Amino acid sequence: MEGFDFFQPIVFTVTALNAYLRELLETDEVLQDLWVRGEISNFSQPRSGHLYFTLKDSESAMRCVMWKLSAMRLRFTPTDGMLVEAHGAMSIYPAQGQVQLYVDALRPAGEGALYQEFLRLRAQLEAEGLFDPSHKRPLPRLPKHIGVVTSATGAALHDILQTLNRRLPTLRVTVAPTPVQGVEAPAGIIAALKRLNSLPDLDLIILARGGGSIEDLWAFNDEGVARAIFASRYPVISGVGHETDFTIADFVADLRAPTPTGAAELATPITKEELRAALQGAEAQLTELINRQLEDLKQALQLAQSELRRTSPRLRILNNIQRLDELQGRLERAIQQQLQRKQNYLANAGDRLASLNPQAVLKRGYAIITDQATGQIISHTRQAVPWQPVWLQVQDGSIPAQITPPIKENKKDD
Amino acid sequence: MTETTPESMDFETAFNALQEIIAKLESAELPLEEALRLYEEGKRLSTLCASILENAQLRVTTLGEEAADETKTDFSEL
Repeated sequence: MEGFDFFQPIVFTVTALNAYLRELLETDEVLQDLWVRGEISNFSQPRSGHLYFTLKDSESAMRCVMWKLSAMRLRFTPTDGMLVEAHGAMSIYPAQGQVQLYVDALRPAGEGALYQEFLRLRAQLEAEGLFDPSHKRPLPRLPKHIGVVTSATGAALHDILQTLNRRLPTLRVTVAPTPVQGVEAPAGIIAALKRLNSLPDLDLIILARGGGSIEDLWAFNDEGVARAIFASRYPVISGVGHETDFTIADFVADLRAPTPTGAAELATPITKEELRAALQGAEAQLTELINRQLEDLKQALQLAQSELRRTSPRLRILNNIQRLDELQGRLERAIQQQLQRKQNYLANAGDRLASLNPQAVLKRGYAIITDQATGQIISHTRQAVPWQPVWLQVQDGSIPAQITPPIKENKKDD
Repeated sequence: MTETTPESMDFETAFNALQEIIAKLESAELPLEEALRLYEEGKRLSTLCASILENAQLRVTTLGEEAADETKTDFSEL
């Protein structure tokens, strides 16, 4: 600090100046987030991919840079003379002391106002509940009759009809043609929706338009169109523009498809091929069911037949025959036994009889005494008379004899 | 089940009727005669569905400014 002269003016280096300027610019809130409208000139896009151009109006110009990353998101190709609105932040390019706008978004002029209107309407309708998921109606899995609201001349109609015919040719389609861009488009779309709503038997309506600029699609951001979609008694599938385009109609619609073809696809969740397969499945099921029932009945019949056989009188008769045979057998055996017993008895009796034969006794030395006069057997003393002639019958003949007294009686025997 | 003549029946009606028949055959113990009748009806519907499907061609009508102005449009080039 020695020799420092308080009154001497500060001398910046160029670098320090640019740094100071940069500091000023980058701490200013307005300059860090601003829209600038102007006409493009000196447009260039070198191989780096960054865009360099000047925005100018009748009196002034401002250098602009758009880095590649932002430039890649552009939906249009900027050209010299195009009136645009650029969004970005101000800074300085120190190498040249060039104050410039570092652009991060670029749109054709006029789009900004449209976009603001879009945001406003979207917020309003959302607040009113027009986008509410609870209002989204389910779509029939197998529609019969589909209404189409689109231009009679556009590629969208051709795409839709071709897709529908390919996927589900059993469909009936009623087209309500209407202009889909230009000032008359919103009223035309609303009228077409009304015409289709007067039909008695629609399953759903496809509201479609092919791709185009944001202005081309603007009818689909119309409030009246949005309310007509909401009021439609048939569910509406929207298929507007390209995949990246979202319109108010898309938000209100019961289902949003990215393209007209996509809408036709969503309208036909089940295709002819799937139906054909389902049909074959149903036929196989039908045959299986009837075969199973027939098989069941056949088994029941067999069961009944065996039951019948089991309870039939034939078996009872057979059983009785067997029983009869059994009884006969028993009878025969019983008779045999009886006979045997009798024979045994007979043989036994013979023996006993033989033992009682007086001859047998005579053989053992006994004799039978008989009265010669009467032939009576004398077996008691009282029958004997002294001097009575008797026969002594022995085993081989008779010996004459005479009773001699005294006759003795056995006292014990009396 | 709706008794409709084949000529006036569209695919969806016929297909739904077919599915109803299958459900009926699946769920209930039906008398054989009834089951066979349903089977025959199912076969008839199945054949009808297949024929409708194979011969189907998108029928397109254009509904003009006035609702009465309904004209058949030839989209046969599709």
